[in-house]
Amino acid sequence: MERILTRWLDIPELRRLEVYERHGGYTALRKALFEMTPDQIINEVKNSNLRGRGGAAFPTGTKWSFIPKNSNKPVYMCCNADESEPGTFANRYQLENDPHGIIEGILICCRAVGSHTCYVYLRGEFALQKTRLEEAIAEARAKGYVGKNIMSSGFDVEIWTHRGAGAYICGEETGLLESLEGKRAYPRNRPPFPAIQGAFGSPTVVNNVETLSNIPHIITRGADWYKSIGPEKSPGPKLFCLSGHVNQPGLYELPMGFPLKDLIYGIGGGILGGKQLKAVIPGGSSFPVFTAEEAIKVNMDFDSVRAAGSLMGTAGVMVMHEDTCMVDMLKTIAHFYHHESCGQCTPCREGCGWIEKLLIDLEAGRGKMEDLKVLIDISSNMEGNTICVLADSLSMPVKSFVPKFRSEFEEHIRLGRCPFRDRNGNAKSAIAA
Amino acid sequence: MPKLTIDGKEFQAPEGLNLIQAAERIGIEIPHYCYHPALTIVGNCRMCLVEVEKAPKLAIACNTKVAEGMVVHTKSERTKTAQKAVLEFLLINHPIDCPVCDQAGECKLQDYYMDYDQQPSRFPLPEKNRKGKALDIGSDVMLDQERCVLCARCTRFFDEVTHTSELAFFERGDHNEIDIYPGHPVDNKYAGNVIDICPVGALTEKDFRFRMRVWYLHRTASVCAGCERGCAIDIHHQRGRIYRYKPRYNPAVNSYWMCDEGRHNFIALQTETRLTAPLLQEGDRMVPEEWGSAMRRLATQIATIKEAYGPRAIGAVVGAQSTNEEAFALKRLMLDAIGSDRLAMLNFTPLGLSGDDSFLIRANKNPNARGVAAIGLPPNQLGEFAKAVAAGELKMLIVMRGDLVRVMKEAEFVKAFGALDYMAVLDTDANETVRMANQVLPIGAYPETDGSFTNFKGRVQRINQAFPPPGKALTGIEAIARLGHAIDGIERPSNADAIFAQIAASEAAFNGMSFDALMPHGIDLKAI
Repeated sequence: MERILTRWLDIPELRRLEVYERHGGYTALRKALFEMTPDQIINEVKNSNLRGRGGAAFPTGTKWSFIPKNSNKPVYMCCNADESEPGTFANRYQLENDPHGIIEGILICCRAVGSHTCYVYLRGEFALQKTRLEEAIAEARAKGYVGKNIMSSGFDVEIWTHRGAGAYICGEETGLLESLEGKRAYPRNRPPFPAIQGAFGSPTVVNNVETLSNIPHIITRGADWYKSIGPEKSPGPKLFCLSGHVNQPGLYELPMGFPLKDLIYGIGGGILGGKQLKAVIPGGSSFPVFTAEEAIKVNMDFDSVRAAGSLMGTAGVMVMHEDTCMVDMLKTIAHFYHHESCGQCTPCREGCGWIEKLLIDLEAGRGKMEDLKVLIDISSNMEGNTICVLADSLSMPVKSFVPKFRSEFEEHIRLGRCPFRDRNGNAKSAIAA
Repeated sequence: MPKLTIDGKEFQAPEGLNLIQAAERIGIEIPHYCYHPALTIVGNCRMCLVEVEKAPKLAIACNTKVAEGMVVHTKSERTKTAQKAVLEFLLINHPIDCPVCDQAGECKLQDYYMDYDQQPSRFPLPEKNRKGKALDIGSDVMLDQERCVLCARCTRFFDEVTHTSELAFFERGDHNEIDIYPGHPVDNKYAGNVIDICPVGALTEKDFRFRMRVWYLHRTASVCAGCERGCAIDIHHQRGRIYRYKPRYNPAVNSYWMCDEGRHNFIALQTETRLTAPLLQEGDRMVPEEWGSAMRRLATQIATIKEAYGPRAIGAVVGAQSTNEEAFALKRLMLDAIGSDRLAMLNFTPLGLSGDDSFLIRANKNPNARGVAAIGLPPNQLGEFAKAVAAGELKMLIVMRGDLVRVMKEAEFVKAFGALDYMAVLDTDANETVRMANQVLPIGAYPETDGSFTNFKGRVQRINQAFPPPGKALTGIEAIARLGHAIDGIERPSNADAIFAQIAASEAAFNGMSFDALMPHGIDLKAI
């Protein structure tokens, strides 16, 4: 398959403007500025069925169409580059290697929604990525693609970069906006939605890096071409972040709907050490786990993964082989969400910590059978009852790990220790350095 | 107005109301911690989750506005499960130290636990998170971070009402805590309000801590006499002692708030120097006597002076601390029983107190200057009175709730009024004027009497007697009625509602008002 989002693998130095231009760079922007009206851009993106790559899979064109026309407030565009979902590492490569692809997507989006200001919110650890992006913005500005009167069209867009301080919650779109405004990143109650009241009280569209990088290609080659890649309702090229117990982990661009089995056993080179597959989390650590039997039947697109009982999220595919202690894995996941819960609303603030404490005890063999029910109760009580979905992001793994691998949890309780650890307490599943 | 249904009851509620407010109108309580009607919505406690038909998830009632055809269930299984869950979450890291917590008895964790939860804890005690306890964060506020439910009421109050932002969130997740910034303690004149709006025992009042269990306290609706704003308050008292003031909601005066100066002004009413018996000056000493003899003595004195110099030789000074009823009763006594119209209001504020601010505090520290004036007692008459004394026309002064000597300084006072034949003082405390009086009649402070105050904007509000005056002291109106009877043998009303009825009948600005209608929020004076 032709590489679209990861063209840098075929085109050395794609991040340089002259290379990017030589390979068709900024022609989509030219088309969007001079040959298309904002409504035509929005319709083209709507027709492409592009769905947001940040995890929620919301149709991008529809999101843009929510921005009020002729608002007396400025419209803001935010590019969410706070990539923090465990198991996800697509945006960082894109920012390093194809920053102009992102900038062009941003500019087309700004044209579509009538925004003259874009903030790129980068996670705090993205130092190199920020440098690369800023270099690219400077290059683009020098050539008249960014700033006042872009390509003499009379259209202005200023792009600002903003680095966070390392909180997962800043990737949640309203938490991002609060942080951008200089406040503590407490997600906001909705309504009002960001499209009406986002950054600085003004209409705001927030899109993920990968989502935006699809835009220039849709504009250049058309919605029909885009829809022809993968399933029509969930189409397009997709970046898969393959990690865990596979021989060749890494970032892979594949069409939507690619079979998970082929990703693991074909592209990923099979399970590490020739062992048996035990489980796969298909979308980053927030989502329900698949057992091996479930995993090998799934095609990787939003609707198929949902139909199979999980969510594709950010396509952070985490593979676990037979030596993985699922209690330990869930404990690790719980530790992350406990650590990253912003603490604003009660169920998540208290629930995440409680779950981690229970799992620490269970993994160490100090658990009780009742704890398994309590784990499910806490998760059910958290899910859907909070301002943002961070609570759901822990409750979904818990509610899939516990029933699907119940025997392992029970074995820990029965044995009074972890069966996956040797006498010295070392986990069998540790990947040799 | 949208028509909606809550728990099977269909009713109309005004547009813009949220579900907590709408439910309240039909007597349904939706429990909540973070929601406060005077603060922005944050929706963080999740206690007010309710089931709204056709919505996929439970909705927080505080952030859900009424809408046509909306059907809400506040007692469905889903709602109850969520309420129990939130309480369980709130309590897992809570220290459950109710036996030593001042909030016990007025704590929303206790109340809601009894109403909505009542399940045993599933969380092991030793694993609770530990945070700061008994932290002095400045002003009159003590902070216990372990008891805090992180509802952000206090931070929002300082952000949105006082704009001082002393409190903020620190740390993250279940280590989240409220605190001040290092080296910047709470420092504003309204800090006490965060103690009131804290739904749990996280913020407690230094002055009140460990002094009284709240369930022993009685509450009497009154008005703060600390300045001419007249914030509506509840007096919390027990056995004749005031333990604290809490602001009482009055949208026309103080909303939900009061200042810290007002909050503490009862302390000055509970001093050792309170007057508890009528006093008579004998040489250098003041000696106590009975009301009967005191009244006869004063009536005789009045009669003597009246006979010798005519009725206008007797004047009265009414302090702007007096209630409407006291001012009116003394005015009628002067006009009817004595026959003198030499009347004046003393509207005085000592120097060095806080000035007007843009919120509640007023520079004039008298609660009823506007009311006493509306009853017809003119201010700024002391110069005239002094001239009358010098001219030998004014021989006797009756002073009620006005520390003339302090106002004028002693030397000035002696110069102006030293030639008086007789001075009788009605007051609560042994102030400087009392010490120079020939006769002193002890009367109750404002928590000890029924009546009304008129604030600087003309809002007439009622005060209620929390407990009787100390010792042999009487209410001001009772003392005046007794004096009237001693002078002319006529019975005068000594209850505030009857006197207020007379005020309403005879004073134009009060025309048509009724004493009962003054509760709870008061009535504006008529423009005349």
